[in-house]
Amino acid sequence: MLHNKRLILSHFWLAFAGFGVALVLGAWQMFVRSPLSAWIGQPELYYRSVTAHGTTMAYVFPTLVAMGFGYAVTEAALERPMIGRRWAWAGFALVALGTITAIVPVSLGFASVLYTFYPPMVGNPFYYIGIVLVVVGSWIWVALMSANLYAWKRANPGAAVPLVMFATVAGSYLWAWTAVGAAIELLFQIIPAALGLTTTIDAGLARVFFSWTLHAIVYFWLMPAYIAYYTIIPRAIGGRLYSDPMARISFALFLVVAMPIGVHHLFADPQVGAGFKFLHSAFTALVALPTLLTVFTICASVEIAGRLRGGRGVLGWLTVLPWRNPMMLAVTFSFVMLGFGGAGGLINMTYQLDASIHNTQWVTGHFHLIFGGAIVIMYFAIAYDLWPHLTGRALTCFRLMRIQLWTWFVGMIVLTFPWHYVGILGMPRRMAFYDYSNPAIEPEALSVIASVLGGFILVVSGACFLAVLIRGHREPRADPGAYRFSVAAHQPRTMPAALNGLGLWVSLMLALTVINYGYPIMHLLATPNTAVPVVRIGSPT
Amino acid sequence: MTAERLFSFRNPWFTTSVGIAASVAVVSALMGFVVLPILQPGAGLTGIWNVICSAAGSIRTAPAEPVAPATFLASDVVVTGQMLSALDAAAVGRGATLAMQCTLCHGSRGLSEAESPNLAGQHAAVVYKQLKDYQSGARVNAIMTPRVANLDDSDFRDLAAYYAYLPRLAGDHPDRPPQIVESGAPMRNIAPCASCHGEREHKAGSAWLEGESPIYLKAQLMAFASGARHNDISQQMRNIAREMTSTEIDAAAEYYGKQP
Repeated sequence: MLHNKRLILSHFWLAFAGFGVALVLGAWQMFVRSPLSAWIGQPELYYRSVTAHGTTMAYVFPTLVAMGFGYAVTEAALERPMIGRRWAWAGFALVALGTITAIVPVSLGFASVLYTFYPPMVGNPFYYIGIVLVVVGSWIWVALMSANLYAWKRANPGAAVPLVMFATVAGSYLWAWTAVGAAIELLFQIIPAALGLTTTIDAGLARVFFSWTLHAIVYFWLMPAYIAYYTIIPRAIGGRLYSDPMARISFALFLVVAMPIGVHHLFADPQVGAGFKFLHSAFTALVALPTLLTVFTICASVEIAGRLRGGRGVLGWLTVLPWRNPMMLAVTFSFVMLGFGGAGGLINMTYQLDASIHNTQWVTGHFHLIFGGAIVIMYFAIAYDLWPHLTGRALTCFRLMRIQLWTWFVGMIVLTFPWHYVGILGMPRRMAFYDYSNPAIEPEALSVIASVLGGFILVVSGACFLAVLIRGHREPRADPGAYRFSVAAHQPRTMPAALNGLGLWVSLMLALTVINYGYPIMHLLATPNTAVPVVRIGSPT
Repeated sequence: MTAERLFSFRNPWFTTSVGIAASVAVVSALMGFVVLPILQPGAGLTGIWNVICSAAGSIRTAPAEPVAPATFLASDVVVTGQMLSALDAAAVGRGATLAMQCTLCHGSRGLSEAESPNLAGQHAAVVYKQLKDYQSGARVNAIMTPRVANLDDSDFRDLAAYYAYLPRLAGDHPDRPPQIVESGAPMRNIAPCASCHGEREHKAGSAWLEGESPIYLKAQLMAFASGARHNDISQQMRNIAREMTSTEIDAAAEYYGKQP
């Protein structure tokens, strides 16, 4: 039973509204730097748009989805009203205020620094302050997730914590800790410079702090998708979760190994030693472990559904799966994109292979395929699954949902595959202007045009998604019943302490962070003469 | 709550997870800090401790090899965004008096009729840096070098404040700017002129170029390209000018020099 429907809906609607605007900006960016459009002649406008797109898609959209989904999970899984409703609204208000505070200077062209900040570029202070507000608002959510879990554990001593709550709290802890890196960078380095209190900045140290956030933030985005794999999909397609403890081990592993790996974003940076790059690379390889566990467990769960539906033989269970069910489509598309994206990721995390695609369009293609593809398509699935419980109205436009999911999948493949390819050809990323008459770039023109088409398909798909949700508010009222999560093939009644709480895994996460980041940070802090003059962006001429 | 003690070596979950995490960390560290650096040919490191320190990124003093002496002086001025940005009326007054000796070339109101640079409205940090560089010898000019010999740092600040105070020329650009100005040439690593030199964007230390003499601009770009002028910090302009074609140099100079 969901009690705080307005709270959850507010999170989702703000998230999806921002997503809609940022999606259109993304397609526009693809278009104006393609051979289809005459060059607009305003690189600043392009970077302004990229900053708005990245800030919304990376900070606002997934954070709000995770928060709204987390509140829904708390009430539905713990089967009691949530503790801290007013705090939750305060968190939402902070995120909304932060979003506006950040987007206004970006829209005015005062902070076209891209969402990854890239010091020594420094833009308007309100941009950074807005992002800090978004993060602080989300930390309230982290505290509420934790408080609700522990209140429930006190009230139910010895009982197994619901898997979905275990995973949600794991995701919130991961976010709480990974956001610290960027928070330190913003509060101690960039905001003082943006306010004019300092005139120089240690860009190398700032990049190390940002890498602390930059990789694990992707796993924070991924968490709702993985939670949906384990706790929504098996139920939605009429199956059973293959293994509850296996799911918990996957989430625990994400918590432990998602954090100490960010330096693989700094392979080309001279300020971090090669030994630490190797260390981070090794731990990055370990992230494949929880992902492979997940692929195995979910495929097994889907097979259970197929067999329950009468499927026989080695592959016969595949044909009887409910392929017209949007949830079945979503998880299939998500897995395909996760497979390709993950394979590309193995190249990014390998020092020597990374050298050939570093700072090329390959990387942009990669994170769009993983985040925009594998993860966001599961956000759609979450919204479709939760919507009837939030609106109290049935969601009946299954055809439109299928069209939406298909177009998102096709659009994302058409967008990102050529994007990877031009990266291999050496097309640099983060550039506003490409002169396709240049013989060095001309071979990339056709692929870029294909990417643009993919971008337009995604805009159509995004519009379908919003249309489904809006139509959901207009359907006749219907009682959706209680919101349920997947039941495991062997539903556990008790759990070992290690899998019924997160203490052990959080401790390992902190310890590995200290091991993998402690020396590089202390060393850079202790090294003199590493700061460079700030380059102000958007300052009056 | 369960009575099971989690943080105990008797708990297999604790020992296994900590054991695996520690093993991965130790083995990766051994590989990354010891084995791979030793296998690296030509690193020239002796002793295991040096190998580890190098892989950790600690800074080593450079080996004592003969260093080729520089054939010219580099600029030692550090320009920041805030440098000389505040308007100081007294400095403007003093600067106006000092500038009397500059009028022959730079005009009575900072606008030259002799193909010398216009200084009216120039960013104060720019004028200050050039004067400092002339004095240190980082920039050399037969006329300017002796002129600044007897001036001191406060004179430079006053002159910079005065010229920044004078009204600058605005550009006249009814047509679209040439590509080199608005987009640069990304494949040759040339940033757009407009992204630093106004009116679109201004970066600290970059000169205001609108209304500047095309002859002067062209001469400076050629000097940067040949290395005859070398007081740009970290070779920012030399790297750009070297990559520019003569057509692009002409186009940029004509664009900025255009007057109503």
